[in-house]
Amino acid sequence: MTSPTEALLPSGHAPEGEAKPGAAIDDTAVTGRGRLVLKRFAQQKRGLFGLLLVVLLILLAFVGPHFSKWSYTDHDFENFLTAPSKLHWFGTDQTGLDLFAATMRGAQKSILIGLLVAVFATGLAAIVGSAAGYFGGWTDRILMWIVDLLLVVPSFLIIAIMSGSFAGNWILFVALLAAFIWQITARIVRGQTLALKEREYVMAARYMGVPQWKIILNHILPNLSSLLIIDATINVSTAIILEASLSFFGFGVQPPDISLGTLLNDGQNAAFTYPWLFLFPAVFLILLVLAVNLVGDALRDALDPSAGKAQ
Amino acid sequence: MTTETTEFISTGKIDTDSVLTVEDLSVTFPGGDGNDVRAVRGLNFSLRRGEVLAIVGESGSGKSVTSLAIMGLLPTNARVGGSIRLRDRELLGLDDRHLSDIRGKQLSMIFQEPLSALTPVYTIGQQVSEALLIHNDKMTKRQARDRSVELLDLVGIPNPRDRINAFPHEFSGGMRQRVMIAMAIANDPDVIIADEPTTALDVTIQAQILDVLQTARRETGAAIVMITHDLGVVAGLADRVMVMYAGRPVEIGTTDDIYYHPRMPYTLGLLGSIPRIDAQGGSSLTPIEGNPPSLATLPPGCPFVPRCPLAIDDCKTIEPPLEPIGRSGHLAACIRKTKIEQENLQVNDVFPAPEIAAAAVARIPRDERKAVLELDGLKRHYPLLKGAVLKRQVGTVKAVDGIDLEIREGETLGLVGESGCGKTTTLLQILELNKPQEGAVRINGRDTRELTGGERRGIRRDLQVVFQDPLAALDPRLPVGDVLAEPMRTHGMNRKEIERRTNELLRLVGLDPAMSSRFPAEFSGGQRQRIGIARALALTPKVLVLDEPVSALDVSIRAGVINLLLQLRAELSLSYLFVAHDLSVVRVIADRVAVMYLGRIVEIGDVDSVYERPSHPYTQALLSAIPVPDPVKERQRRRLLLKGDLPSPANVPSGCRFRGRCFKYEALDAQDKARCENEDPPLYEQGADHKAACHFAEAVMVV
Amino acid sequence: MTKFLLRRLVNYVILVFIATSLAYILAAVSLNPKSNYENRNPKPPEAVISAKLDSLNLNPDTPVLNRYGHWLDDLVHGNLGSEVQGGSVNADVGRRLWVSGQLLLVGTILGGILGVVIGAWSAVRQYKLIDHFFTLSSFVILSVPTFVLAILLQILATKINGWAGHTIFEFSGQYNPKIPGDSWAHFFNRLNHLILPTVTLVLAGAAFLSRYQRNAMLDVLASDYVRTARAKGLRRRTALVKHALRTALIPAATIFTYSFALIFVGATFTEIIFGWHGMGELLVTSIQGNDTNSVAAVTLFVAVLVLFASFLQDFVVALLDPRVRS
Repeated sequence: MTSPTEALLPSGHAPEGEAKPGAAIDDTAVTGRGRLVLKRFAQQKRGLFGLLLVVLLILLAFVGPHFSKWSYTDHDFENFLTAPSKLHWFGTDQTGLDLFAATMRGAQKSILIGLLVAVFATGLAAIVGSAAGYFGGWTDRILMWIVDLLLVVPSFLIIAIMSGSFAGNWILFVALLAAFIWQITARIVRGQTLALKEREYVMAARYMGVPQWKIILNHILPNLSSLLIIDATINVSTAIILEASLSFFGFGVQPPDISLGTLLNDGQNAAFTYPWLFLFPAVFLILLVLAVNLVGDALRDALDPSAGKAQ
Repeated sequence: MTTETTEFISTGKIDTDSVLTVEDLSVTFPGGDGNDVRAVRGLNFSLRRGEVLAIVGESGSGKSVTSLAIMGLLPTNARVGGSIRLRDRELLGLDDRHLSDIRGKQLSMIFQEPLSALTPVYTIGQQVSEALLIHNDKMTKRQARDRSVELLDLVGIPNPRDRINAFPHEFSGGMRQRVMIAMAIANDPDVIIADEPTTALDVTIQAQILDVLQTARRETGAAIVMITHDLGVVAGLADRVMVMYAGRPVEIGTTDDIYYHPRMPYTLGLLGSIPRIDAQGGSSLTPIEGNPPSLATLPPGCPFVPRCPLAIDDCKTIEPPLEPIGRSGHLAACIRKTKIEQENLQVNDVFPAPEIAAAAVARIPRDERKAVLELDGLKRHYPLLKGAVLKRQVGTVKAVDGIDLEIREGETLGLVGESGCGKTTTLLQILELNKPQEGAVRINGRDTRELTGGERRGIRRDLQVVFQDPLAALDPRLPVGDVLAEPMRTHGMNRKEIERRTNELLRLVGLDPAMSSRFPAEFSGGQRQRIGIARALALTPKVLVLDEPVSALDVSIRAGVINLLLQLRAELSLSYLFVAHDLSVVRVIADRVAVMYLGRIVEIGDVDSVYERPSHPYTQALLSAIPVPDPVKERQRRRLLLKGDLPSPANVPSGCRFRGRCFKYEALDAQDKARCENEDPPLYEQGADHKAACHFAEAVMVV
Repeated sequence: MTKFLLRRLVNYVILVFIATSLAYILAAVSLNPKSNYENRNPKPPEAVISAKLDSLNLNPDTPVLNRYGHWLDDLVHGNLGSEVQGGSVNADVGRRLWVSGQLLLVGTILGGILGVVIGAWSAVRQYKLIDHFFTLSSFVILSVPTFVLAILLQILATKINGWAGHTIFEFSGQYNPKIPGDSWAHFFNRLNHLILPTVTLVLAGAAFLSRYQRNAMLDVLASDYVRTARAKGLRRRTALVKHALRTALIPAATIFTYSFALIFVGATFTEIIFGWHGMGELLVTSIQGNDTNSVAAVTLFVAVLVLFASFLQDFVVALLDPRVRS
């Protein structure tokens, strides 16, 4: 497949550090790189808003339940299907389950899955992509063939088929999710590695006799770190959406575990009659993904000033 | 700028003839932290009909911003002040509709990067026709096409009728620049602005393009504003020259005044820092110390003060205006201009060239010195592949096709040729230290075919490399200390040693050891190249391979780096393999020179023999294509123009591989021609240390 | 060029074959068609179940490679096998293809066009109000999982229907079988049912594509050749459309395959939420129903779809970019 992936790379993803002629040199002369990135990130209202939202939502998910008198295991036999109230902030379902407690519990699981999947997927992509790009030849051909194959296999379907075998073992679910979202990044990393490999500083290292794995570790991957950080962020939101979708159909997180996806499934039929059963988990999910996406986009602008900053 | 000087420029009959008048032009870009970048400050000039005005300056001098300001193509955040008048029409403040009517019709432009300046998805014909159709409502598509063919023919595109259907990627850089010129002259403009039109091109192609520009000027009678960093390029072409520094003109005058009677120290420095092919080899250049100032934080006073040997205290208080000096029309912005005039100061009086002692090893006769690098019949062929999934071979690229070279201790060999001639492949083949496809590489007498892995690593200590682009050559994420430490760590030196050596290296290349914790981006281009050189020296190598080490640097910085290389060679008894496309730089630094063409060496010998008695027609053409910063000499020189581009190394002609572009071959009779076609010429002896691969080699003076 | 495309095709076909085989084997090992019969009341005898499953080539007691061989043999003869209930997969898939086809076709084409237009427009008006609006909207839409988007649209449509007092939007199933009137009424009724599912897909597709088109366009806006075009005397707008947008379509076309796959996954959810009996629904029901042969059929369908999209992408890119052609 002619990589859809190189194009997925947002605009001119030159490994940065290349000071654009003119302005950049004066900037970097006074501030270090880290501070410059921070400064650029802070200049973006959207990114700051996203970051604030992410922090708030995570706090809410993990600390919030301590302020509620209900736990996600409790059932209030006095109140079935009650609308949001002082007693039950998000209302209750037909079994008297407090929806606030349930949503927060589900959110915890979704956040955890999102983060873990992102770390695994980006890590795998970095290793496979850089190895394929740097070593080339058969290593490249075999690895990229596997990537192509995984792009053709409908990942949603494979995970769904295997859902029966990981009942109760959500770590396996995380591994599967990660296994199906790393390919695009791997191709981007490979493309960037091919470009970096021809960089004179990499050639210089080679001609001084630096071993190949050390070149990948010291020169290639650090110079792709911006790309990898951005990608990991985007992967968090992809994983959260994918998890919710699979769980919605019963192919993801299995009872008694709950996630935002299983809650949405439970609330789906009541969406028209008892909308809070659907809307609260849905809004939490949307806000979470939106916040992560905003952070990812702002990071891209901050780490990679050439992207989307054409004059 | 005072109005007085403006009037001075545009008095008398000049005024009525003036096609383009720029008055008090200023361009400012809003910068971060309230530090606006003042890219152009107070620029005045007027351009007469058919005149060629050269605007000369280094990067950041404001010359390109000036050209875009005149075209009205600056980014929207730029603030433009002053006045730009085309004939009597004020251009500043015109809206896009009116400016579009003028652009391409009365005022056209040629850009620097021919490779990216044409839209990749339209044919050449469509793009040239478009330029015609925009401004001629009545013209039919058919007429536009016919006229396009004529225009392409005029700028020297062979077979224009067929080539008009080609896409830009099927054209070489030189050909694309010709297309740009064709579009620029399509509507007989009054003014053509050429922004570094030849900078991205090889010398032989540069000579062709300058020739086309002359043709264009003759055909259209247009005035040309020629923007360049290279004083050599414009010596034979310009009527007047304006030198810019830090956004301001610092000297303007007739070409002869600027070259023979420069009155501003910066102009003097620029002239002195140009390596010349007509100079004697081995002499050092006059560097201008320091770097151009940041346009965001300009100090009061003359911006050149920190780099000026003649600066006095007054220079730091007010910025001197452009004032007349000497002959009419000659202006300079310098408090010390009268002193320079009265004492008739020359380049070397103002910027003394450093004395560089000869290396001790140079006293031993060459024959008795050891060979440190030898190539024996080296070949590197690549299969030419087609197809994306299953590749198949459709030909062979003969990148390097059997070359012999030898470098002795303390000696510098210059390897020159146009891009695509195989010099970079040669260099990479040497650096790989593996078994070549054919032939042999020997370092210090050790044949790379017989090396074990450990020995190969050992030999790497003796052979190091300095790359062309000083920014790309340093990992942007490593502080300079780590950059320098990497080779030493790899070769097992301990921390203490590394630290000591790092400081020593930085001092050696003229940098402050305290800078070792800074990142590459915090250094200027020249400083970065010094760091690159320091890294190459870390393991005390015997041979340095230098791949175009100064071609990415500004002219005034270049001289300093060349002098450093000369000095290091003498102090450390180094040998250099100096790869370059610029023959004038090679003349300064090399002892011997090898000229490469299509994977072969066509002429080799000591520098003086090759430059003074070039015997291969290709060498003669190369040398004659290089401009000399001397207007009188330049106007008298006859160029040996080569036909067309370098052929593809996948398609090497039979017999002599140069014959397709050879002017000598053209003049031969049928019998001699047959010899060129059938017999691959070996390197014939031309003198003591001088060989040329031409059946009809004959020394000619071309410089 | 033809040779190049042919070679591509061979590579894709091999990938599709392996992908489908993998999915078949995986499904054959993991799914348990027996449960469909064991849960019946009264529970049929073991031998009867076994014989029935044998006849359907679904018996988990048969070694998986034997079943695979049998399935492959059928496949070569154009037979996708039997459903777990005994029906023909071919017949079922045949019906469903047309249902999914409508949604996918309309969704991809409209989503693609809208995405390109919005992306290019945003880029040209970078950092202006309209750009901020499109950027924020696409961010929000991209943050909503397709099934949530579909349900939210349903809730919204119900509200609108409520306010209007009569049914403006119908969204349950593909058409209302009870509607009276002539064939035109039926046609408009089908069209009405198409609105909400299509809007779901178009919104998701356009939001995704517009981000890439915007970036591609921004890259091109600063390019030398757009400057050349303006130096020739083209007005800004003409130069942007004729030179910038035309070139910026190339990178957008290369992500076509990827967005197509995304739209298919989106269509899966859309079909289920809106009660359409298409391939996407089959994906979910076949797995839930332990229907191995249908799972393999869905995999084959998806893989062929990706293949087709890739092939189309190669073709479109070659059409748009002369550099690829030569």
